[in-house]
Amino acid sequence: MKTARIAAVATIAALALTACGDREDDGDNDTPKASDSPSVTEETSPTEAAEQFPDFKACMVSDSGGFDDKSFNQTSHDGMEAAAANYGVQTSEAESTDPSQFADNIQSLVDEGCNQITTVGFLLGDATEAAAKKAKDVDFAIVDFGYEAPPANLKGLNFNTAEPAFLAGYLAAAKSETGVVGTFGGLNIPTVTIFMTGFVQGVDYYNEENGAEVQVLGWDIEKADGSFTNDFEDKTAGQSLAEEMIAQGADVIFPVAGPAGLGGLQAAQDAEAFAVWVDTDGCISAAEYCDSLLTSVVKGMDVAVEQAILDSASGTFSNEVYTGTLENGGVSIAPYGPNADVDDELAAKIEELKAAIIAGEITVG
Amino acid sequence: MTAMSPAPEAITPDPEEGPAKGRDLRSWLPTVRDTLVAILLALAVGAFLIAISDDEVIEALDNLFSYPGSFFIYAGDVVRHSAGAVWDAYSALVRGAVGSGSALQRTLERSAPLICAGLGVTIAFRAGLFNIGATGQMLVGALAAGYVGFTYDLPPGIHLLAAIGAGVLASAVWGGIVGVLKAQTGAHEVITTIMLNQIGRFTVLYFLAKESFQREGSDNLLSPPVADSATYPTIAGLHIGIPLALVAALGVWWLLERSKLGFEMRAVGANPEASRTAGMSIAKVYIATMAIAGLLSGLAITMTLLGLQQSVTDQVVGSVGFDAITVALLGRATPLGTVLAGLLFGALSAGGLGMQTSAGVPPELIQVVQALIVLFVAAPALIRGLGRIKRRKKPAAPAVAEPKGATA
Repeated sequence: MKTARIAAVATIAALALTACGDREDDGDNDTPKASDSPSVTEETSPTEAAEQFPDFKACMVSDSGGFDDKSFNQTSHDGMEAAAANYGVQTSEAESTDPSQFADNIQSLVDEGCNQITTVGFLLGDATEAAAKKAKDVDFAIVDFGYEAPPANLKGLNFNTAEPAFLAGYLAAAKSETGVVGTFGGLNIPTVTIFMTGFVQGVDYYNEENGAEVQVLGWDIEKADGSFTNDFEDKTAGQSLAEEMIAQGADVIFPVAGPAGLGGLQAAQDAEAFAVWVDTDGCISAAEYCDSLLTSVVKGMDVAVEQAILDSASGTFSNEVYTGTLENGGVSIAPYGPNADVDDELAAKIEELKAAIIAGEITVG
Repeated sequence: MTAMSPAPEAITPDPEEGPAKGRDLRSWLPTVRDTLVAILLALAVGAFLIAISDDEVIEALDNLFSYPGSFFIYAGDVVRHSAGAVWDAYSALVRGAVGSGSALQRTLERSAPLICAGLGVTIAFRAGLFNIGATGQMLVGALAAGYVGFTYDLPPGIHLLAAIGAGVLASAVWGGIVGVLKAQTGAHEVITTIMLNQIGRFTVLYFLAKESFQREGSDNLLSPPVADSATYPTIAGLHIGIPLALVAALGVWWLLERSKLGFEMRAVGANPEASRTAGMSIAKVYIATMAIAGLLSGLAITMTLLGLQQSVTDQVVGSVGFDAITVALLGRATPLGTVLAGLLFGALSAGGLGMQTSAGVPPELIQVVQALIVLFVAAPALIRGLGRIKRRKKPAAPAVAEPKGATA
């Protein structure tokens, strides 16, 4: 951990030193990130960016992963940066290094005069609720958490990622030649396993429909147990899990483990197998593995955070829990990878399934 | 380490430390001065990093290189913006650390676990052991203290004592394992503590996956928060864990400087072979030291868990376990030094939050400054060379000649 931090610091120093040449690049980076999910483009269209809120201050608290975690903290943070770019809001942020700092960090942002505060991750659930009850004139949003009875100024942002994962599972089963596909997670927590459950259900649906017997390694819905790296950072752990699955015949790997999952992509690339990436479009966020990707299961945290900030700024905030679905575009599957070779029939089938999920004909999760 | 004295009655611990009465204020001066210089140097490097990562300074530098003709105009800009950025950041640092009642409270709250865990590393250092296992010891302590804290329903005072007791006991056992392994098999404590950190984390994950450690209706790896009756009471906004940390420091001082066990620890730390020859049980000292080190780590986690009423997660320790090593190093492995270093790091941590929220300086900068302080402390020769400070010749180590501690 220490070394990772030192490396991060060295990188920052290096970035700062070379920053003179990087400035244009920095500006460009925001746009593709914000438009990671192709099905949702309304918020980022430049014509709507006319409305500006220069007096509005949007703030964010990370969990102990920090904003540079190449995972949900970072994606959420992208949403806040997009809001700053598109709607001219001011921003401020506080990174946490351990859970005892959550309450402090939120409080200090309240003291800084933030109008809206987004907290990232279920670990901040208690601290955010307590802060929302105390600072009633500040709007709060929390990524990956929903309350049964939230205070009037606290909105949960949830994502039904089982839906797109179902489509990815169907696709994986259809593309598998060995009849074995694999998935693994970072930790056995609901926000991770929801992907795996959707994936398994997609494969099952394919089997039922086509009388096939494609097998899924790494997640058993009944037992609620499976393969986990128990770590979101350790790329090697992800790689060895994926290699094990490939050795057991899997030719499509679906890692749900943040940066540790990159090891899974590496293993798939080495074995010339396919993989499905998670959270963001892998062809943008992990472009070196794009050739091995069938698709990505996109969880539009950036879009949801940006929307929550816009809602608060324009006075349309409500404490109703937001759930990203295929229907509202909060979750989606990314365009197929360059080598995925999805024929028209299969593509049409996936679209059909998507419509069926939206219509409620297929229940996922 | 020069304490390998030829005369058996002079088996004194590290001569630099010496018996407490042997040092007067003057012998401390160079240490204090070196530490202050290290802190200032680290802050200076930090200032440089703040300046070169400031947008306005970058722009001015950009202009400077693009239009060398107007060198002085843009050089002036660079200096002006740099000074502005550094002033903003460091004034926010000071305000965030000690600028208000709530800032001071935050500083103390963050210092308390650092002090306790730092003491655990300190005490191991004095017995010649490098305890990298504070993280693992704190994790199992959190598990035990948390379980008692959120499961049972006991009267207030008893519940708190039970939770603290369970936490420190679990941590002491976790630390003691290292001592046993070292004493019985000679396994190096650096290896075993690091491994036990991993095992501790997986143990916590294993239990957090059990229903009895989770919240009702949730599968998240997050325990319920500890009950109100198991939290440290607060006096004027400060939980009483903070004074307890100071009591622990006093206890460690007494143990090291005044007790028989402490003398044996220091003796073993100075020279295990000689201590064995002198009839001490090395095994006993190793096991006791590591158990006490673990106990102090366990006390550290109660500061966050019971002091700030947290839930148990696999991240509950955060960076405290490793920062404890830096705190102990900066504190020169003495109880007083550890307390001061813990307060400094707590202040930097609280001030770092202020810097981040009001001046937009990334929190990594504080970690750089902390690391640099220790680096500069660890390299006094470098500091003296840099500062061209001529160190007065030390009076020829009078502590060695004083066998006072030998009969304690």
